[in-house]
Amino acid sequence: MTFNTLNYSKMYNRRIAMRKGIGDAFYSLFLLSVLVGIIGLITLLVQVLTEGIPWLSWRFITSFPSRHPQEAGIFSALMGTIWLMGLTAVFTVPIGVGAAIYLEEYAPKNWLTRLIELNIANLASVPSIIYGLLGLTIFVGWMALGRSILAGALTLSLLVMPIVILASREAIKALPLTYREAAYALGATRWQVTKSVVVPAALPGILTGVILAMSRAIGEAAPVIAISALVYLTFIPTSPLDRFTVMPIQIFNWISRPQNEFRGLAAAGIIVLLIILLSMNALAIFLRNRYQVRTEV
Amino acid sequence: MQNSNYLYNSNILEVKNLNVWYRAFQALKEISLSIPRHHVIACIGPSGCGKSTFLRCFNRMNDLIPGTRISGQVLLDGQDIYNSGVDPTEIRTHIGMVFQKPNPFPKSIFDNVAFGLRINGFKGNIKEAVESSLRRAALWDEVKDRLNKSALTLSGGQQQRLCIARAIAIQPAVILMDEPCSALDPVATLKIEDLIAILKEEYTIVIVTHNIQQAARVSDYTAFFTMADDRSGILVEFGKTNEIFSNPKDKRTEDYITGRFG
Amino acid sequence: MEQDLTKSKSKIIWLGDRAKSTWGKRQNIEGRAAQIFLLICALLSIATTVGIVVSLVSQSVGFFKEVSIWEFLTGTRWTPILIPRSYGVLPLVVGTLLVTIISVIVAVPIGMGIAIFLSTYAPEQLRRIIKPVLEILAGIPTVVYGYFAITLVSPMLQKVFTNMLIFNALSAGLVMGLMIIPMVSSLSEDAMMAVPQSLKEGAFALGATRFEVALKVTIPSALSGIITSIILALSRAIGETMIVTIAAGATPKMTFNPIDSIQTMTAFIVQLSLGETPHGSLEYNTIFAVGLLLFLMTLIMNLLSQWVVSRWHRRY
Repeated sequence: MTFNTLNYSKMYNRRIAMRKGIGDAFYSLFLLSVLVGIIGLITLLVQVLTEGIPWLSWRFITSFPSRHPQEAGIFSALMGTIWLMGLTAVFTVPIGVGAAIYLEEYAPKNWLTRLIELNIANLASVPSIIYGLLGLTIFVGWMALGRSILAGALTLSLLVMPIVILASREAIKALPLTYREAAYALGATRWQVTKSVVVPAALPGILTGVILAMSRAIGEAAPVIAISALVYLTFIPTSPLDRFTVMPIQIFNWISRPQNEFRGLAAAGIIVLLIILLSMNALAIFLRNRYQVRTEV
Repeated sequence: MQNSNYLYNSNILEVKNLNVWYRAFQALKEISLSIPRHHVIACIGPSGCGKSTFLRCFNRMNDLIPGTRISGQVLLDGQDIYNSGVDPTEIRTHIGMVFQKPNPFPKSIFDNVAFGLRINGFKGNIKEAVESSLRRAALWDEVKDRLNKSALTLSGGQQQRLCIARAIAIQPAVILMDEPCSALDPVATLKIEDLIAILKEEYTIVIVTHNIQQAARVSDYTAFFTMADDRSGILVEFGKTNEIFSNPKDKRTEDYITGRFG
Repeated sequence: MEQDLTKSKSKIIWLGDRAKSTWGKRQNIEGRAAQIFLLICALLSIATTVGIVVSLVSQSVGFFKEVSIWEFLTGTRWTPILIPRSYGVLPLVVGTLLVTIISVIVAVPIGMGIAIFLSTYAPEQLRRIIKPVLEILAGIPTVVYGYFAITLVSPMLQKVFTNMLIFNALSAGLVMGLMIIPMVSSLSEDAMMAVPQSLKEGAFALGATRFEVALKVTIPSALSGIITSIILALSRAIGETMIVTIAAGATPKMTFNPIDSIQTMTAFIVQLSLGETPHGSLEYNTIFAVGLLLFLMTLIMNLLSQWVVSRWHRRY
C-alpha cells in the first residue's frame, strides 16, 4: 500500500522491503549469537556431567589422591580449598570493606583519591598469574612463609580485593542520602554514622560482593600453582603454615594425565567444584532478593 | 484563510472510534475526530489524560511499546494506517515527530538533518536538502558556519529547532509535536511558536501542549482531553480554537481553560 | 542589653566545652583511629601495585644480568631449559597473540550480536533470563574450559584437521572465546542500554527500521563502552592461563598457524612453576622476566581502555 497524495514522494527511493530484509537477516544472526552462547554452555555442562557422574561417589569425596584411579579422591584438595577460602575471607573482608568505606565516606576529592581509584580499576584486570608471582616473591620468599596456606591466602586476598571494594562501594553508593542525613541531624559523628548506619544498611550488598569474590577465588588455579607448585598430598593441613593443594589444581593434575580414567576423575572433581560455586551464587542471589524486598517496603 | 477551499475542506487525518490499551489498562476510549490539512491542531488536557498516547497513534510509535493494543481506525488521506499491509516504517516517513525533550543524535549538525534523507534513499542533492531544511527551521543562519560541529554543542532551543529541521527534511505531510517547548526557556519557546505559524503553510501540525496560552496562540483547532472515572482518556470537545476558548460547550473544558482544574 | 548578650554567649561556650570534655573526646579518638585504619585499607591497593612491580622487576634484574634485553625481545628461539639455551621471547609472544586473536574473532562478533539482540530486540522478560544464563560462562573456572577443550573440542576438530595434535592453538582459542563472550556482551549491552530511549525513538520517527536504529544510532552512541569491553576482553585473553596451559601445548613456536601446538607466556610461567624451581636460579628468574612483559602488555591495554572511557565518553 502506498500513500500517494503526500509531498514529493518521488524524490525518495525508500526500498522498504529490502531494508526490512536486511534487518531480518541481521536479526537471525543476532539470535544465532545468543544460541551459540547458550549451546556452548550446555555442551560444556553435558560433557562434564556425562564424563564425571560415573566417578562421583562419597568415596571420591572422602579419599586422598592416588596413583590408582579407582581409589583416588579429592578429599585433601577439598579441605585445602576450605582452609584457603576461610583465610582469604578473613583478610579480604575487613580490608576490602574498609577501603570501600574510605573511598565513599571519607576520601577528599584530590589526586590521591583519584590515584587510588585508577589503581583499583587497573588491579582488577591484572592477570591472576601475576598475583601468583607477587605472592611467590613477597609472601613465600621475603616474608618466609614458605609454600603455605597463609601465603596462598594472602595472595588470593590481593587478587579478589578489587572485586570486594567495587561491590561494597556500589552497595554503599546505593543507600539513600536521607539515611545519613537523619543520623547527622541527631548529632552523630562521621564514624558513628558509618558504623551504625552505613555499614549495617549496606551489609547485604557487601555480602553479595564478598560471595562473588570468593567464588572467583575458589576457581583460581594459576596463582595458587605459582605459590604451592604441584604437590601430591596425602594429609589434611592442620595449620596455616602447612603445605596445601586446592581443587582446581587437583583437577588440573588429573586433566594432565594421559590415562582416560583420570579425565573421568577430573570431570567428577569439576562437578564438585561447580556445585560449590552454584551454591555460593544461589546464596548471593538469595541475599540480593531479600535486600531488594527490604528497600522497596 | 490563506488556504484554498479545497484544502480547507479535505481532512488529512481522520480518527474513528480509536481505543488504546496498555496491557489491561485502557489509555484512550472511543476517540473520533478529523484533522484538516495545513492547520495546527492543539491537544490539551490534564496530565495522564492520554494526549501523548493519542499523538503517538498517528506515527505508530505505540507499536514499539510491548503490550499495546489498538482498535478503531486512523485514516491518512483516506487509508487506514493500521491496515495489515501497512509498514509502520513507511508511515513514519509521512508523519514526522518532534519530541518533548530535544533529542539530537550525538552526531554533527549536518548528519542529524541528513539522517532521515540517507536512510530513506533521498535521490536529490543532500547538501541542498539539509540547507533548505535548516532554513525552513529558522536555524540556518545560526549554524551555517559549524555544520560539522556536534549537535550537542547547540543550546536547548537550537537543538529543538534542529530536531524540527531533521523531521521536515524528509518532507512529511504531518508533523507531530509532543510538548516541544516544555524543556525550553520563554525566548526559545517563542521562536518555536513563530516557526509553527510558518510551517503550517506546508505541513499539518498536531501539537500536544500543557500550556493553555500556547494552544490559544498557535493553534487553529483545539482538542480537549480529560480522564474518565476509570482513568482512561476521552475526548471532551474538539473545535476551532477561538470557539473553544471563547465559548466552550462543555463545563469540563471551561473549568480547564479558566484554570479551575488541572 | 550588651552585657546580657555576653553573658548568654559565655554560657553557650561553656556548654560546648563540657560536651567536648566528656564523651566527645573519646568519640574523637575512636573516630580518628577508624579513619586512619580505613585510609590504610585504601592505600593497600597502591601497595599491591608497588608489590607487583617490585617483585617482577627485582627478580627480572637477575635475568637481565645474564641475558640482554635486546636478545630477550628480538630472539626467535625460546629454549630456556633445553641445551643449547636460548632466550628469545618472541615465540611466546606470538603464541599468546595467536590464541588471543582466535578468541577475539569468536567473542567479539558473538558478544556484539548478543548485546544488540538483548538491548534492541529482546523483550524485557527474555532479557532477564538470557543475561544471567550467559554470565554463568564468565563464572566457570578456567580449568573447566581447559578440560572442555582437550576432551571435546580438540577431538572434534581432529576429525576436520586430521594431522592436528590434541594440543593446539585453535581449540584453546575457540574455548577461550566462549569464555570471554559474556565480557564483551555484558559491558556492550550495558552501554547500549544506557543510550536514551528518546534517541532511538527519534530515529524510529524518521522511518528507520529496528536494525538501522541499532546500527546508526545505538552502536555509535555506545561506542566508547563497546570499545572498552573489547579491550578488556583482549587483556583478559592475553593474561588467561589455565586454558592455554592445558590445551595449547608446550612447544614455543614462531607460527600463526592455528592448528599448530604452541606455548603462550602464561603457560610457560605455569610450566616452570609446576616443578619447584630453585629460588634465584636463572630458570626461576626467567619466569619473572616473562611475567614483567605480560604485566606491561596488559597494563597498556588497561590504560588504553581507561583513556577511551575518559576521552570518548559521551553525554547525551
